[in-house]
Amino acid sequence: MIAFWIVALFALVGALVVVLHRNPVYSALGLVLTLFQVAVLFALLDAPLLALLQVMVYAGAIVVLFLFVIMLLSLEPEKRLAAPFPVAVAGLVLAATLGFGLVVSGTLPLRSGVPSRLPADFGSPESLATNLFTKHQLPFELTSVLLLVAVVGAVVLARRRS
Amino acid sequence: MEVFFSLAKIVVAFVIILQLTLLLLWVERKGSALIQDRVGANRANLFGGLLPFNLGIVNTWMADPLKLFHKEDIVPTEADHFLHWLAPFVAIVPLFVTFAVIPFGDVLRVGGYTIDLVAAPIPASVLFVLAMASLAVYGVVIGGWASNSRYSFLGGVRGTAQMISYELALSLSIVSVVLTFGTFDLQEIARAQGQLIWGVIPAWGVFYQPVALILLFIAGMAESKRAPFDLPEAESEIVAGFFTEYSGSKLSVFMMADFVEIGIVAALVTTLFFGGWQVPWLGREGFQFPGGFAIALPSLVVTLLQFVAFLVKLFVFCWLQILVRWSLPRMRYDHLMAFGWKRLLPLGLVNVGLTAVLVLLFDGWTVK
Amino acid sequence: MDLAGLPPEYPLGLAAALFAIGAFGVVFRRSVIVVLMCIELMLNAVNITFVAFGRELGDMAGQVMVFFVMTVAAAEVAVGLAILLVAFSRRKTLDGDEFASLRG
Repeated sequence: MIAFWIVALFALVGALVVVLHRNPVYSALGLVLTLFQVAVLFALLDAPLLALLQVMVYAGAIVVLFLFVIMLLSLEPEKRLAAPFPVAVAGLVLAATLGFGLVVSGTLPLRSGVPSRLPADFGSPESLATNLFTKHQLPFELTSVLLLVAVVGAVVLARRRS
Repeated sequence: MEVFFSLAKIVVAFVIILQLTLLLLWVERKGSALIQDRVGANRANLFGGLLPFNLGIVNTWMADPLKLFHKEDIVPTEADHFLHWLAPFVAIVPLFVTFAVIPFGDVLRVGGYTIDLVAAPIPASVLFVLAMASLAVYGVVIGGWASNSRYSFLGGVRGTAQMISYELALSLSIVSVVLTFGTFDLQEIARAQGQLIWGVIPAWGVFYQPVALILLFIAGMAESKRAPFDLPEAESEIVAGFFTEYSGSKLSVFMMADFVEIGIVAALVTTLFFGGWQVPWLGREGFQFPGGFAIALPSLVVTLLQFVAFLVKLFVFCWLQILVRWSLPRMRYDHLMAFGWKRLLPLGLVNVGLTAVLVLLFDGWTVK
Repeated sequence: MDLAGLPPEYPLGLAAALFAIGAFGVVFRRSVIVVLMCIELMLNAVNITFVAFGRELGDMAGQVMVFFVMTVAAAEVAVGLAILLVAFSRRKTLDGDEFASLRG
């Protein structure tokens, strides 16, 4: 329980840094902090494989790309941080509504037939892989196509500049 | 009692890596001197030079770190002070943590307890190593950006591009080893290498995955940013790259991170390809030579032998990296990128594909 | 990992908070690159709910979904940042309000 509260605290701090800091480099580092806490949370929730993948994919690749682009463009800290006041208020209202809705939906009773005990290999690489390569074979193949499209798209976009 | 053993294992792993870095510092200075036909570090001496022989090792073992930690810590005025302070820690913590999952022995049997000799026995330790290796890039990025200096910045950008490029080859080589042994657990991989091929040759990973060994070694050296891949800190072009603006203890932490990375690459090569702590023909009960000849040994002696074997292998591969560093000139930047993406990556992909086919055809392929 | 008793409400609450912060950031911030980061925040909040519900229902499908979300997020960031680079080289800014030229 203590572990969860530590995770939650740092995740929220990181998220607030992302949203509120003027300097995009700090925003990216706040994002790393939050993503790392999410990885720890995955480990706490019986998803050790996802926790490691989270660190590898998000912290190791995605945020590094963000930082790389920020550095490449030598972005300065923003002078005007935010949208005008009404928009900010609208954003706050939207966020509060969404958050409230999610909290309410989270407290609704789950569907019946919930197992009282998890199987011993829940979250292990084997069980994830079995599920992925049998029940979700088609989406898996489609994702690989999607990745290919993304690679080609990124290369085309980057090439056109010269 | 369990807690005590866990703590003891953590201390052992930590001491190995700390002492290894200091030893490597000396080996690198003396080794480079050997290669360049110099004498090398020979000034510091115990007992005021009263000893008849030179104790150059003391120089770097104690004097160098002490000297560095006493130097003034300079932070450039225009630097981002918080991130400048943070970068060395970000650089070194993931590397230290990586060593926790490297097995340094089979099991230790003491008074009814059977202790698995790996500091943090987690099931997917191979992925853990990859995850931590992917975090190592942050020290370079943050250090290079926070210094607010052109040279640091260039070094940071170069380091980022290089490290994320070579991480692919590194991952692919490890994937093919995982496919071969069918487990994500480094300790299990090390144990599987205790078998014998045709009852004679130890079933080490190098005999199954020679291509992956070459890939891992090259990509690992590129990850540790040392010659011939030291573009991020190329002293003849960009002063010292991402740690140009660092001094004193922070600089020493960055340099230490370099040596820890060498240690990790050596530990990975040892564990994945050269049997880890395995001594050829040494089982838990003693030596079992192919001819049927056997020597029974007590459990403690077996464990000690394995530990020593691990350290010796670790050191051999560290030395090999130092040898490469002082033998080869630096690559040109476009060659570096082309080599990573157009040579190592396709080679790694082909190797993974071939391994998968072999595993399917021969049902596991390795000795069971 | 002896948190077998961690009730799902706690991670779900955290996910709701993260999602709300991310949504607020998307509306609030002008810099497109930070907006992209906020989208990543929201995706991660969704991933937490997937894992939490999957654990509660004893169904591995939750974790498989997270796997797909990660892949899609990686693809999204690659293309998104490439677009950003092109946009920056044309406009010399990353302010979202400056990209309003499609208004006709």
